[in-house]
Amino acid sequence: MPFHQIKFYQTGTFTVGNRLLEESDRAVQSGIQRSNALNSGHRACQGCGEALGARYAVDAAMRASGGNLVAVNATGCLEVFSTPYPETSWQVAWMHSLFGNAAAVAAGVAAATKAQGRTNVRVIAQGGDGGTADIGMGCLSGMFERNDDVLYICYDNEAYMNTGVQRSGTTPAGARTATTPAVGSQPGNVFGQGKSVPLIAMAHGIPYVATASVANLHDLEYKVEKAVPIHGARYIHIHVPCPLGWGSEPHDTIKVARMAVESGLFPLFEAEFGEVTERTLIRRKQPAEEYLKLQKRFAHLFRPVRDEERIAAIQAIADRNIRRFGLENGARS
Amino acid sequence: MAFCRISDRPIRLREPVAQPDALIIQDPTLLHQASLFDGLRIPNGYVLINSARKLDELGIGSYLRELPLDHVVTAPATELALRYVGRPLPNSTLLGAFAAMTGELRLESVLAAIRQKFAGKIGEANAVAAQAAYDLISQSQAREEIHVEAD
Amino acid sequence: MWKQIEGSRAVAETVAMCRPQVICAYPITPQTHIVEGLGEMVKSGALAGCEFLNVESEFGALSVAIGASAAGARAYTATASQGLLFMAEAVYNAAGLGLPIVMTIGNRAIGAPINIWNDHSDSMSMRDSGWIQLHAENNQEAADLHIQAFRLAEELSCPVMVCMDGFILTHAYDRIDVPLQHQVDAWLPPFEPRQMLDPAAPVSIGAMVGPEAFSEVRYLAHHKQLRALERIPEISREFGEAFGRESGGLLRPYRIEGADTIVVALGSVNGTIQEAVDELRSDNVAIGSISICSFRPFPLDAVGSALSGAKRVVVIDKSLAPGLGGMLATDVQMAVSSGRQRVYTVIAGLGGRPITKASLLTLFHQARADALENVTFLDLNWDIVNRQLARELATRRSGPAAENILKDLGTLSSRVI
Repeated sequence: MPFHQIKFYQTGTFTVGNRLLEESDRAVQSGIQRSNALNSGHRACQGCGEALGARYAVDAAMRASGGNLVAVNATGCLEVFSTPYPETSWQVAWMHSLFGNAAAVAAGVAAATKAQGRTNVRVIAQGGDGGTADIGMGCLSGMFERNDDVLYICYDNEAYMNTGVQRSGTTPAGARTATTPAVGSQPGNVFGQGKSVPLIAMAHGIPYVATASVANLHDLEYKVEKAVPIHGARYIHIHVPCPLGWGSEPHDTIKVARMAVESGLFPLFEAEFGEVTERTLIRRKQPAEEYLKLQKRFAHLFRPVRDEERIAAIQAIADRNIRRFGLENGARS
Repeated sequence: MAFCRISDRPIRLREPVAQPDALIIQDPTLLHQASLFDGLRIPNGYVLINSARKLDELGIGSYLRELPLDHVVTAPATELALRYVGRPLPNSTLLGAFAAMTGELRLESVLAAIRQKFAGKIGEANAVAAQAAYDLISQSQAREEIHVEAD
Repeated sequence: MWKQIEGSRAVAETVAMCRPQVICAYPITPQTHIVEGLGEMVKSGALAGCEFLNVESEFGALSVAIGASAAGARAYTATASQGLLFMAEAVYNAAGLGLPIVMTIGNRAIGAPINIWNDHSDSMSMRDSGWIQLHAENNQEAADLHIQAFRLAEELSCPVMVCMDGFILTHAYDRIDVPLQHQVDAWLPPFEPRQMLDPAAPVSIGAMVGPEAFSEVRYLAHHKQLRALERIPEISREFGEAFGRESGGLLRPYRIEGADTIVVALGSVNGTIQEAVDELRSDNVAIGSISICSFRPFPLDAVGSALSGAKRVVVIDKSLAPGLGGMLATDVQMAVSSGRQRVYTVIAGLGGRPITKASLLTLFHQARADALENVTFLDLNWDIVNRQLARELATRRSGPAAENILKDLGTLSSRVI
């Protein structure tokens, strides 16, 4: 009988390739036993990076906790699109209190389950960049410094998207938002502002900090599953493109996220007790502007004329990250 | 300024004491800086001053001429506290003097309260100081050696 | 067990006996001694099965309590003044979600100007948040009300504030009968939540509610307060039967039989008022007083009924409604709106200014002669007020008002010596 060589190809997509992997290496999402904690029927936009990230993160957390999970959500896109009265997409014990207190409410849940002797229950808190970096910073820092037994997951789409795309403390330099319009001598978000919540988390010396991206969903799941069983304060910061707010194509969400990682603008790393322990090396370094060009929020940097100075400044931010975290060849300086 | 009411019936009045039956002055440097004796009940009010000096040396005797001699007393509470407690904290010591001066409280009650409030050796030391003040005032009252500034 | 004990400490010991499971503490005068006392009990192991969190702000404090309560734990915190305002968003959130948290308010004035002493402006600022608000007349009642509060809150799924006057009660040493653990255990059952974050039976708590259902949800909050009006006196009675003393309830009348003048107030000032009433009654003056315990829900019918025989009502109000009168007085006026009593609002005790029996006696004399304005500021120093007004008239850059007044006071007192 002639011998046919069967070749499997997966080209032209960035989908999570699972068929060639051992079962134990496959993504949580690929299994039919996944919890579907964030079930279908929610009202997220087409191509929403946050919905994607949350689905992967929470199902991974459910697997890691054996289904013993309580989620506390801040006000924001995720909360609003997942619980439009009278429906909810959540198939997990879930609570929404206020905009700025998710970390504190989660700390309360963790304290309660500890007092009740329900030691197997794991608590996660979720919020967007607004609810985490800005209005939630006080409660977040308090949770970190007390080392409360909470895993806080931030879905960073770099602006207050739910209220109409206003600038937040994580909005990148030069980005257009409703409150940093592309007008005047300094169009877009002002350079020299902003904060890195992962670095702030590290400064608190907590057991585990990681950044993740919807560009690498395996890695995202891995980090969540690693974090869940750890006792103490943990923080995962997930980069999630927002097609609406960023002005990118809905079908480009993962591509945009990958460009952020490969340009160095969004470094992927892990840290324990304030020290960086792992980083994901850039596979093929991309110029920052290739990332910027995919998003209308940076369009003013290219049209009507190229703003060489600001494009170069953004490239410098990328280069600095690469140096600082050793993203090219592991060497840090 | 702190105040206290002592009664056999439930105390309902909440206002600060403005017309004291008794005045305890822990810090004698206040004597010439503020009008401490306003409202003090005459003719039977009590004044207890934390001082090792005699009344005429403090120079306020004329203020208190209308009070009975044994109602105006100085007690060296800070010195006694230093000796028995090792710190210049005259509060509990003054309570012993107050008990002796007024008879409003029994010494045993004062000592029991001190021991309950402060545990172990500290409580004991404070109790000893309070007892010493009590004994001092009782003895000097028995000898009637209270001096008041002459006019 | 009888103890000579600081009010705050008595509250701490009583709250501990209610077996709270999560306590969160943020310091603010004058409640700090309460949470310090509880913290010590948790740390030493005297209060077991309880997690004590030192939070980063009052907003954090109530948020922790919210999470804990939603997870089915009995949760407690305490605050005052600025702290209560800082957690305002969470105050409404807790009530809206129906979480039976108990919180002590050590009543303190709200700034500016910053002031650490007692008045009722803080709890008043949250009077329509949906929380039940109970006011303690003395430290015994302050301690007892906490036991009643947990039961009331958990029955109705409604948070409760127990209000006690800062310093006057919190920092006063009183003779208090602190209950025993077995007494509290027999009276206060373990918390059985109506809703709970439980992985075994997941629910979503805190959904957004639109125009199609919001009114109904809010009506249910209103209904809850009306039910509280019935349960509060019943719980007070049940408490009395078990512990052998009267405390709580909607209001407490004092010598109102045949009174043509009735004085109404919240909290500790009632003690001084009762002393004044006794003195006047011994001169055959027909005067009495009412101490309101349940301020929210406000017992309109009970107050209206108690005041029905009076010709005039004098409200001693420790909460100013600027430009209008008094916050307590407004509610009292509503209670007698269909009657013919004259209601006199007397703003008193703001920022800790002492309310003296002597001033009250003069005031009541004026009231009985109907020689009072509708709104009176008791013991106001008009000289100081007029100086400041003149100052502002004379120059635009008149400077910070509070500092000017303090300087005036300094100038005045230095003239005495």
